[in-house]
Amino acid sequence: MNSDYLLQIDKLRVSFWTEKGRLTAVEDASFYIKQGETLGVVGESGCGKSVTAESILKLHDDQLTDYEGTISYHNQNLLTESEKSLRKIRGNEISMIFQDPMSSLNPVYTIGDQIVESLRLHKKMSKKDAYQKAIEVLRLTGIPSPEQRVHDYPHQLSGGMRQRVMIALAICCEPTLLIADEPTTALDVTIQAQILDVMKDLQKKTSMGIMMITHDLAVVAETCDRVVVMYLGQVIEETDVKDLFNQPLHPYTIGLLKSMPNMDSDRTKELHEINGSVPSLHQVPQGCRFAGRCEFATEKCRNEAPILEEVTDSHKVRCWHYQEISLKRGASNGDS
Amino acid sequence: MAIPKEKEPIIKVKNLKKSFTAASSSFFKKNVVRAVNDVSFEIYEGETFGIVGESGCGKSTTGRTILRLTEPSGGEVFYHNQNIFDMKEKQFRTIRQDLQMIFQDPYASLDPKKRIGYSLEESMIIQKIGTKAERKERVLDLLEQVGFSKEHYDKFPHEFSGGQRQRIGIARALVLNPKFIVCDEPVSALDVSIQSQILNLLRKLQNDLKLSYLFIGHDLSVVRYIADRIGVMYLGEMVEKAPTDELFKNPLHPYTQSLLSAVPIPDPESRRERIILKGDVPSPLSVPSGCVFHTRCPYATERCRLEKPVKVQVDGNHEVQCHLYDE
Repeated sequence: MNSDYLLQIDKLRVSFWTEKGRLTAVEDASFYIKQGETLGVVGESGCGKSVTAESILKLHDDQLTDYEGTISYHNQNLLTESEKSLRKIRGNEISMIFQDPMSSLNPVYTIGDQIVESLRLHKKMSKKDAYQKAIEVLRLTGIPSPEQRVHDYPHQLSGGMRQRVMIALAICCEPTLLIADEPTTALDVTIQAQILDVMKDLQKKTSMGIMMITHDLAVVAETCDRVVVMYLGQVIEETDVKDLFNQPLHPYTIGLLKSMPNMDSDRTKELHEINGSVPSLHQVPQGCRFAGRCEFATEKCRNEAPILEEVTDSHKVRCWHYQEISLKRGASNGDS
Repeated sequence: MAIPKEKEPIIKVKNLKKSFTAASSSFFKKNVVRAVNDVSFEIYEGETFGIVGESGCGKSTTGRTILRLTEPSGGEVFYHNQNIFDMKEKQFRTIRQDLQMIFQDPYASLDPKKRIGYSLEESMIIQKIGTKAERKERVLDLLEQVGFSKEHYDKFPHEFSGGQRQRIGIARALVLNPKFIVCDEPVSALDVSIQSQILNLLRKLQNDLKLSYLFIGHDLSVVRYIADRIGVMYLGEMVEKAPTDELFKNPLHPYTQSLLSAVPIPDPESRRERIILKGDVPSPLSVPSGCVFHTRCPYATERCRLEKPVKVQVDGNHEVQCHLYDE
């Protein structure tokens, strides 16, 4: 493992046992996160982005889940660690923010109690110190008068405030890696802007790595340094954020970018469409998984599965024809 | 689309009000939530009027009240100059054919036990339109219009994906040949690649069938794409109303300005000044005095705290409700 990598995922494969048989939600996922950087993981529903994130902390039901590959963190493979040592990492060194703060906070404890619980468990703090620290982290996340709010129950707070509490809870033990699973999807845009700002500020102060899982490419543009695009359980493109928007290589990424209505696009033009819809994970196409919806697909795409190919040091893509496609795109962009 | 001045609006909403009684701590005191307060706008034939705002601003309630899905507390809505709030239920039912709705959640709005064909025919059965064969023909025709084939007639909702269900929701709204459709966040539950399919479909149908839409949404880039004119709502009030391009080029209300600046831009190299609002939207149970936005407004003065601003026409079609502009 490269020494500046905080976390490295290698050939991760996650499958669940379901009523309809074995379902592989993530297949051959490999990427890394460096200290102090924000890695975006983008994709539509069912692409495996949340499953990947939850696998890092092994949050899936052990009885029903099979993991293959490795997730290396500080020279240990998290997938083979015991439950006991994972418990020392969860919420302490690696913590997670979930999408819906209402269902992830405990309604019968005050927010202070919930933060204190985590601090006492992981940092062995005294009750008094832990309360002080709780107030401090609540202040960091921009909650007004945290001395009073610390005694509030989750239902007394608004959605944006609850999400701040979730962030406070996640960062109270000063994690080295923060996994944020759609942290602003349930929030309004003005509140989203506040929350993204808070996360950026905290990152500057603590230099933690952030894994930002989202379906919103605009959020990626504003917050991330590097990006992993997933489709139907596979990583199909990995690049830094500038290249993602300036030189996307995979036809799916290109299509996604073109189909978004944009604040300064031409309103009279039809929006670009990606044909069809994402196939079910129970019927994964053989060959390239995107072939059925791809305008460039050939016989080869339908029969042979492409691998994630390294185009440059910082850009990888899983597509047989990316070279021709980018040539074609270059030509058509020149015309317009 | 430019609004022809001489044209009569198809829908005219005047001073619409809707309040709900909330649970209260005391038996003698009633808590009233003013969900929609004094909202007025017009929609012309073939036009899309967009309403944007954050959760709890009353945009969905506005849409539902216009169609009388909840009874209004005040104001008037005219459909071709007939006041639909004055009508008896029976009389209104004949007009309801012309006014339809597309809902946000395509999973919750179809009966899971009924075949798609029946779900689509149901409204014709209720309105006693056509024979069985005619109804089926109409439905098959509609399925084709929204991009399905004949086989889908006998399928159940669970056999469809989210985007396909939303197409069915659209087909169902079209069954009775409506003139006006309220689209309540029709693409919010969908993935980006599906969202553009639905938006294109809505536009195509509007052109083919001369429909007028009220498009309610929270995603500004989506509403910008589909709407000809936009009203911005905050805490039950419409604080600004303008043609789409004008609104995005020249937002006047401080709330609109901050809302627009908060929208993330999908370009990593664009760095712009963002107006970050302090705090949250106040509870609709205790609406601030004076201007509803003064608690979060960076320009608020004493006057804003005390006196409620009136709507001002700034130029032609641009209307704003803010003391900064009423000199």
